[in-house]
Amino acid sequence: MSEITLRVNGSARKIDVPADTPLLWVLRDTLDLTGTKYGCGAGICGACTVHLDGEAARSCVTPVSVASGKAITTIEGLSQSGSHPLQQAWVAEDVPQCGYCQSGQIMQAAALLAKTPHPSEQEVIDAMTGNLCRCGTYHRIRLAIQRAVSTGGGGR
Amino acid sequence: MSPISRRQFLAAGALAGTGLVLAFYVPHHGLHPVGEQIFTPNAYLHIAPDGKVTVVVARSEMGQGVRTALPMILAEELDADWTQIAIEQAGASTLFGDQTTGGSASVRTTWDPMRQAGAAAREMLVSAAAQQWNVPVTECSTEKGFVIHATSNRRTSYGDLVGHAAKLPVPKEPRLKAASAYTLIGKSTPRLDTPSKTNGSAEFGIDFRMPGMKYAFLARCPVIGGKVASFDDTEVRKVPGVTYVTKVGDSAVAVAADSVFAALQGRKALKVTWDDGPNKDLNTAAIFDVLRRTANDKSVALQTAGDVSTAKGRHIEAAYETPMLAHAPMEPENCFAHYLGTSCEVWAPTQVPQDVRDSVATAVGLKPEAVHVNVTLLGGGFGRRLEHDYAVEAALVSKAINAPVKVMWTRDDDMRFSTYRPPSVHHLSAMLDAQGWPIAFSHRLISPTISGQKGQPGDGGIDPDLKDEASFLYLIPNLSVEYVAPPCAVPLGWLRSVYAAQMAFANESFLDELAIAAGKDPLQYRLHLLAEDKEITYFDTKWRTDRLRGVLHLLAEKSNWEKPVAAGRHRGIAAFGCFGTYAAEVVEITMQGGDPHVERVVVAVDCGQVINPNILEQQLHSAVIFGLSAALRGQITVEHGQIQQSNFDTYPILRMNEVPAIETYFVESHEAPTGIGEPPVPPLAPALCNAIYAATKKRIRSLPILTG
Repeated sequence: MSEITLRVNGSARKIDVPADTPLLWVLRDTLDLTGTKYGCGAGICGACTVHLDGEAARSCVTPVSVASGKAITTIEGLSQSGSHPLQQAWVAEDVPQCGYCQSGQIMQAAALLAKTPHPSEQEVIDAMTGNLCRCGTYHRIRLAIQRAVSTGGGGR
Repeated sequence: MSPISRRQFLAAGALAGTGLVLAFYVPHHGLHPVGEQIFTPNAYLHIAPDGKVTVVVARSEMGQGVRTALPMILAEELDADWTQIAIEQAGASTLFGDQTTGGSASVRTTWDPMRQAGAAAREMLVSAAAQQWNVPVTECSTEKGFVIHATSNRRTSYGDLVGHAAKLPVPKEPRLKAASAYTLIGKSTPRLDTPSKTNGSAEFGIDFRMPGMKYAFLARCPVIGGKVASFDDTEVRKVPGVTYVTKVGDSAVAVAADSVFAALQGRKALKVTWDDGPNKDLNTAAIFDVLRRTANDKSVALQTAGDVSTAKGRHIEAAYETPMLAHAPMEPENCFAHYLGTSCEVWAPTQVPQDVRDSVATAVGLKPEAVHVNVTLLGGGFGRRLEHDYAVEAALVSKAINAPVKVMWTRDDDMRFSTYRPPSVHHLSAMLDAQGWPIAFSHRLISPTISGQKGQPGDGGIDPDLKDEASFLYLIPNLSVEYVAPPCAVPLGWLRSVYAAQMAFANESFLDELAIAAGKDPLQYRLHLLAEDKEITYFDTKWRTDRLRGVLHLLAEKSNWEKPVAAGRHRGIAAFGCFGTYAAEVVEITMQGGDPHVERVVVAVDCGQVINPNILEQQLHSAVIFGLSAALRGQITVEHGQIQQSNFDTYPILRMNEVPAIETYFVESHEAPTGIGEPPVPPLAPALCNAIYAATKKRIRSLPILTG
């Protein structure tokens, strides 16, 4: 066990866990941030996507030691009360079905728009293809991203 | 409503006679002895004095939208203010009949009780207002949570009436609205659960926590049916945070710890010696050999017309095969249980809260009423959560370690220790007359029985699922659909649309073969076989040829079937009826480097009255993508008795870069609503394979399509 300080959603959080603990379980079990989901444990489904210094990262394969010192943002910290343009667009397009993968989808899309405020259709597909949705909400995810872009949500 | 349900309605009303609420609200765990199986629709509704309407949802929300669609049905008849609607999730209860969420049945089986509950409550509220105003009931109307007396320009809110209304007799035959009066049903309405699913606050099974709760993972024998011979936990106990190691049943060892990671590390350190049992040499080829070998065994008839053996004509036959499949919901299996000696608390993402209650009770030695099952959101179901294995594990582990525990499965566990769609072999044959029309059609389905394997009673050898999933709706004078149930060692489960996807793949591919042999257009071929208006009774469902014909006409129009397909594209068509619903699809593809690339899917359905077109569109997209994932790459295989797939790399599902354009249409109808979660799955694979034939003249008779 080792004491590690994490910067999560703008706050410093002291934790005491083995350094190789995946960030996902620290967020969920230690910090009670359960919006980030476990899907595959191998970085191939995207359900656990968070931001590390603004970049999309798969928290299930990111040891907590790697995340220490970086700014960690989870779905809970993306905005105050769901007001991020992507979250609003997700509501407007009524994207989720079961909803389990959607935190990861939104975080992946947010990282894309932060860097590329006006992505092409192909750029959206390229960025989102690592995020699986077993319910098949892909069409509405694309519509929601387009909506967020067209309402000036990109670049935020 | 049956006499019993009416009596219960009154009892529930009296319960609410505290004057605070007009309520048919009863706590989750039920007030009646288990086994009484009372159907009390009125436990569905609770109106508070502040006007807030709470609808109790007694089915599980797994993405299909029941937490929005079911309240809409009740709110319509209640004339509630939709913005004031809240929902409450029912746990396992005795008040709602069978709470199984499956068989595309949630809307179709609660359509009547939800409407009656809303209409009865509305009549009581109107009576209360009329009495207070001293005016005839017939002069009062309702709108968005208010009773209105237009002549005197008075209105009063439902909330203000609940105390009075709760004391009134419950109408026995409440008047239901005419469909033309609907203001909510049939209108695209945003889902109530969407905001919580965009900000991380939605609580799935995996998110439920309790102070002091342990996390546990189980080591299971990699060989199907194997058992624990012995285990050595020396290294496990050195892992910080591990608190318990315990055998669960005779085939698993659980490692419980203070954190998920410690439990995972502990399981990794566990050494188990397995007794592999009888299946250590089992493989996929042997599984299919059994099916092929038993193809001519004694069968049971599912559907018969005329006599196929006497029909004479041009004979065509073919065999089709479909693989085993896994559900792979995004949320892997998990369940919380707290065994307390005389009771057990369970929080489960489950499609079968009552089965969980009963099987947990048996496993830990309690009466069913001592097991309290709460239902969380489900991160997908697709049939996987019709099993209660993971809930039983949680209860057994909690009892063994005497602590609240969350049993979790990894993705690897989910893929390798699940239940699977049964494999199937289909023998089809037909006789064509001189014009190429079929005068005889035979389909022999050879596939293990899911219910039979679970020890549930069949009906003369017929797997009960086949009654919803194997109807043949084309009018062919001599017809034989038969079923052979061979044995299978692989654990079987119900996967979205179950046998229907397999029946449709064989029927609709073979029909395409016949149309091509006859030199006829595959749409016109189907329409010809549906030309006569006829009702076909298949077990409990009355199917109508005109409704399937209507769906095909809608599909033809929307897909521009009568016009040539765009240059470079090829298309196929297929249709099927299951769970009371008619569905048909056109798939358009291009060929890229020898592989099909799906460009466009057009879906048309007739599912009776549509409750919420917004959710219907979601379900149609979902079914197309689910069907496409299965058709292109879906297969579970077995070597040395072990499932070979372990994650989304070896069991790939469709990603965004492969998603085609999808267009969805439905027949406007006021017929009673029928299923929608499953019926649009079956036509996808045959429509796609028919398109591939159009492109390549290669007939795909075995799935998946891409095996490289």
